[in-house]
Amino acid sequence: MIWSKEETLPREEIEKIQLERLKETVHRVYERVPAYARKMDEAGVRPEDIRELSDLSRLPFVTKQDMRDNYPFGLFAVDKDELVRIHASSGTTGKPTVVGYTRGDLETWTECVSRIACMGGASSKDVAQICFGYGMFTGALGLHYGLENIGAAIVPSSTGNSQKQIMYMQDFETSLLVATPSYALRLAEVAREMGVEPERDLKVKIALVGSELLTDAMREEMHKYWGKDLLITSNYGMSELMGPGVSGECTEHCGMHINEDYFIPEIIDPATGDVLPAGEKGELVITCIKKEGLPLIRYRTKDITRLFYDKCKCGRTFCRMENLSGRSDDMLKIRGVNVFPSQIEEVILSVEELGPHYEIILEREGYLDKLTVKVELAQVTDSFSVLERITATVKNKLKVILGLDAKVMLESPNTLQRFEGKAKRVKDLRSK
Amino acid sequence: MFAKQLTVFIENRTGRLSEVLDVLKENKVNILSLSLADTTEFGLLRLIVDNAALGKDKLTQKGFSSLLSDVSIIKIPHKVGSLQKLLKTIDENGVNIEYMYGLSIESDEAYVVLKASDVNKIDAILNENGIKTISCEELGKI
Repeated sequence: MIWSKEETLPREEIEKIQLERLKETVHRVYERVPAYARKMDEAGVRPEDIRELSDLSRLPFVTKQDMRDNYPFGLFAVDKDELVRIHASSGTTGKPTVVGYTRGDLETWTECVSRIACMGGASSKDVAQICFGYGMFTGALGLHYGLENIGAAIVPSSTGNSQKQIMYMQDFETSLLVATPSYALRLAEVAREMGVEPERDLKVKIALVGSELLTDAMREEMHKYWGKDLLITSNYGMSELMGPGVSGECTEHCGMHINEDYFIPEIIDPATGDVLPAGEKGELVITCIKKEGLPLIRYRTKDITRLFYDKCKCGRTFCRMENLSGRSDDMLKIRGVNVFPSQIEEVILSVEELGPHYEIILEREGYLDKLTVKVELAQVTDSFSVLERITATVKNKLKVILGLDAKVMLESPNTLQRFEGKAKRVKDLRSK
Repeated sequence: MFAKQLTVFIENRTGRLSEVLDVLKENKVNILSLSLADTTEFGLLRLIVDNAALGKDKLTQKGFSSLLSDVSIIKIPHKVGSLQKLLKTIDENGVNIEYMYGLSIESDEAYVVLKASDVNKIDAILNENGIKTISCEELGKI
């Protein structure tokens, strides 16, 4: 089902809305946010200079650092009185980034998430269990209001207490699961430990996953546990922009439709900042054109993707961003080689005898980086040669794909750390 | 006759092996024979115990992953050439041996634990050739 008529508007009309809202937003932030006005003055661009959509590229970028420099409310375009909600990112490095919503922003958010929920196959008939952590993190409440808005019955079970989660799924006949891919796998493991076979004994038919990369290999792994008929779609967002609801995958599985009447996407070369043509891979930059509280302009997401504007079979005309292959933040430089953890994940998931959990450890020995990958056996074997073959296979594949020698350590089943929120699988112990 | 071998996968970390043995001791599981195969990263501890099922349960409760598999415990004379003769019989019948370890308890009898590529076939071969196999329970009583 398509939730809103805007999702199928012809390109000219989308662009008309975008231009109108962009102009309005730029004028507003120039007047109300001194930090923006200063940046624009430095770049020599005034609100009146924005006459066409292509003028967007004349505006300066906003980065995470700008948000830190203006902590907590310096980039807000409304008085604090007008805010009705405040969220914050985890802030693993220093101060968290704070985001605020007006009543209008919450309505926008609910609308955007309603759309992506419908794209992912959700409907008013669903019992939706939200296994994202409720709290300062935007994921849980974002999905919560969107799914509630389309009429699904929400089970706000949050994270943790996995056995109880499975009990709710059984007793409430949960049909839709909201979780990170890694927590969805963990829940399936817990179900099996309880003697509950997810595919046979539970009624979960739809999974809306987010907050972590969903690689093809991870999707396959989820099917192994939850059944091949589980409809898995990923959705994308970040708290700085709103939270979930920026874009979502439709059931055609050909990328995530961006809510273009609320967000203008651009792809840039991360090194030069130049805008790249449609179809080329680069860093995603997003401009919020209907936000009141925190309307970020040209926000650098650090996510690497491509944009497609060709027509989607689902009928939506909003452009699609390719499912993420990595975040430039996540990229590791190992002995001069750029490595995305998702590449290592794909190798591990391709080896049948291994479970989907892993840990990547980086150390420095003398002047050399040392890469260790800890993997977990799916089950114990009594055959030494099987174990040696598994280790050799992982080593060889890593060598072929990354061009790096890695130490591969086999661990017993169910021993590596499990994550309920965003998985933290990389331990970089090299002194910076 | 098959015997149940208890296999435990252990990461090569200080104290891992003794943790496994602690669990067995606490539950009075008696070890009759063992083999430890290891690399620098991991080891496989293969055990013949008097109660493999109990051992597995208790290890699982303590977070160790283990496996029960079918092996043959074969009784052979404790003298030069008898193992060679046994292997020759098995070879001639086209069965591969995946691994093997031994124990000798009495002065004139010895036992080898043997895992064959085809467990059903090995049992038939041993029976046809009048070679005795015994269970863990019997072994425990010797």
